[in-house]
Amino acid sequence: MNFSGLIQDFGPLTITGLAQGAIIALFALGYTLVYGVLRLINFAHSEVFLIGSYACLVVWGFFGLDQNSATPNVMSVIGLLLLGLVVAIVFSGLTALGVELVAYRPLRKRNAPPLAFLITAIGASLFISETVGVMTQRNIKGVPPLIQPRDVFVIGNMHVTNLQILIIVLALVSMFLLDRFINRSRLGRGIRAVAQNPDSAALMGVNKSRVISLVFLLGGLMAGIAAVMYDLKIGVTRFDAGFLLGIEAFTAAVLGGIGNLRGALLGGLLLGLLQNYAASLFGTEWLHAASFVLLVLILLVRPTGLLGESLGRARA
Amino acid sequence: MTTEATSSPAPKTPAPGSMSAQEKKNAREDRGGVRGWYGRQPKIVRIVLGVVFAALAFLLPYVGEIPLLGPQIVTQGIDWPSALFNMSYYVLLALGLNVVVGFAGLLDLGYVGFFAVGAYTVALLSSPDSVLRTEWGWLAAVPIGLAVAMLSGLVLGYPTLRLRGDYLAIVTLGFAEIIRIVATSTETLRGDRGFSDIPHPPGEFSDGKPIFGVADAIPYYWLGLAVIILVIFAVRNLDNSRVGRSWLAIREDQEAAEIMGVRTIKYKLWAFAIGAFIGGLGGVMFAGQQGFMNSQTFILQFSILVLAGVVMGGSGNIAGAILGGALISYIPDRLRGIEDPIWHTDLFGFRFAIFGAVIIAIMIFRPQGLIPSRRRAMELKDREKEVAPIE
Repeated sequence: MNFSGLIQDFGPLTITGLAQGAIIALFALGYTLVYGVLRLINFAHSEVFLIGSYACLVVWGFFGLDQNSATPNVMSVIGLLLLGLVVAIVFSGLTALGVELVAYRPLRKRNAPPLAFLITAIGASLFISETVGVMTQRNIKGVPPLIQPRDVFVIGNMHVTNLQILIIVLALVSMFLLDRFINRSRLGRGIRAVAQNPDSAALMGVNKSRVISLVFLLGGLMAGIAAVMYDLKIGVTRFDAGFLLGIEAFTAAVLGGIGNLRGALLGGLLLGLLQNYAASLFGTEWLHAASFVLLVLILLVRPTGLLGESLGRARA
Repeated sequence: MTTEATSSPAPKTPAPGSMSAQEKKNAREDRGGVRGWYGRQPKIVRIVLGVVFAALAFLLPYVGEIPLLGPQIVTQGIDWPSALFNMSYYVLLALGLNVVVGFAGLLDLGYVGFFAVGAYTVALLSSPDSVLRTEWGWLAAVPIGLAVAMLSGLVLGYPTLRLRGDYLAIVTLGFAEIIRIVATSTETLRGDRGFSDIPHPPGEFSDGKPIFGVADAIPYYWLGLAVIILVIFAVRNLDNSRVGRSWLAIREDQEAAEIMGVRTIKYKLWAFAIGAFIGGLGGVMFAGQQGFMNSQTFILQFSILVLAGVVMGGSGNIAGAILGGALISYIPDRLRGIEDPIWHTDLFGFRFAIFGAVIIAIMIFRPQGLIPSRRRAMELKDREKEVAPIE
């Protein structure tokens, strides 16, 4: 237990925790959205993220960039970032749709028990991550240094870098847009209706199948953004990168109240902070164990999470 | 397919609790196919057939001697007796997980955790690398390993069994990861360096050579097989007892079971503890054969692989679990040493990807598994007939 270290590095730990938490929060949205509508845990969501994190690397690879290349000039960095984001979003979204089509839809038609969905989702997750693993020889893949972390401002010993600001701002913006979409748009109203009561919504003319696909797609888009941010922040990716982060994102979703969009944001940021504080207290190897312990505690003490569970009832 | 996989000692009767002996007999004899034929034979024939199956299973190490067919069956990248031993502990794990998932209907994604607890306890107590450095043999450490594994099942189960099914799955998964992280990061458990020179099971031939040596895996396989047969009897009797009926009730409708006076928490704990015990049994055997283990042995995919075996074979059915457990070990070992045409890697590396696809296919096209439990198949059919969701 290293309390003095925690107090001394409180500032730096907080800012890294927030950046980490923003990524987790974006990732957690996928779990929360699907759970809000289907009451099922989409175990394969971690692989939706994984595909995104590889897709942008492949595209940057087309431009001859790898982890050893120099940082390009500002305009091309912006262009490459946007392109990477778009590609990651598209591929993550497609993966999410594919998972829904293969692992969820056939079972839904047959009114299968909930655990059957979990098992097919696990199968899909294993299949995707292991296929990527075989194709990449299970090696880590480096990310081109598009953004060199530079201090933008310093408060005490807290150095806030441009990358951290980018991650946090991008996460907040995309969450804001998603929130508006769910609350204001016609499709969003459909999602909320199905989340509240699927059968009534269907009787009122909401196309339930389409809403479910849409929810998977939205989760996939957010995971794609999270994946690019993750690549830039961590600098490497691997075939099993989605797994641990997925568990953390799920923890965050449960912490904030699964099925609740703002809960996912709150849960993600809190979890990012807690992880970094715990890592400082107990040592970095306990970073992941901390989130598991936290998950068990929340489920035992307050299974509905901090902000409550429902996607339909709470205003998003 | 292996012979031992089909050697179900006797078919499981549907809803054993609700039937008289005569009804049980009728149900056993009503079925079609091989199992129906088997059920119609007099008891003595069934016992003889069971013994013959078991004997054939014991002769499996020599299957390579059969001309033409034999060499197709045996594995190439790994010697055949070792592959058989691997199969035996996978079958044990599948039998144990089948109690938790198939009988009680609790989805446990961290089953490898109990396997690890069993193996680590043995290693800690008997390896010269351990801080304890006892001079104990393998056999002395086994009961303690099993007790600790069972205890860990209770410790995990007690706080978590009140959770809903899908939450339980995630928490058990977390449990297995925590065990792995603890094993990697604490000094006592030695992380990647692991424990070496874990003693082998005791016993000597008349000429003084140890029965359980390093080179020959056949005795280990026979030991595993003997343990499996004992476990089959134990699990079958449990399933036909009051405990088994409670599991059935909990699996089908927990609330209804509770209202009818089934103490759900108690029987779920039973399922967890028994599952953990059998998982620990697999772990101590693994430790005794390998002689070496480290934290890399207990990756999470392992739990999911065993789950795939149970689901594939037919969740809730002992014969199904045996078949599934044998297949998840046999297929990858058979693929070992064969190159794939595209990436030129060992096909062994594809095992998890293949089983991932297999899980999906089974759940979609044959959710009751290869050898279905009749009761489970009925449950699934029942749900299909319920009010279909509005699309």
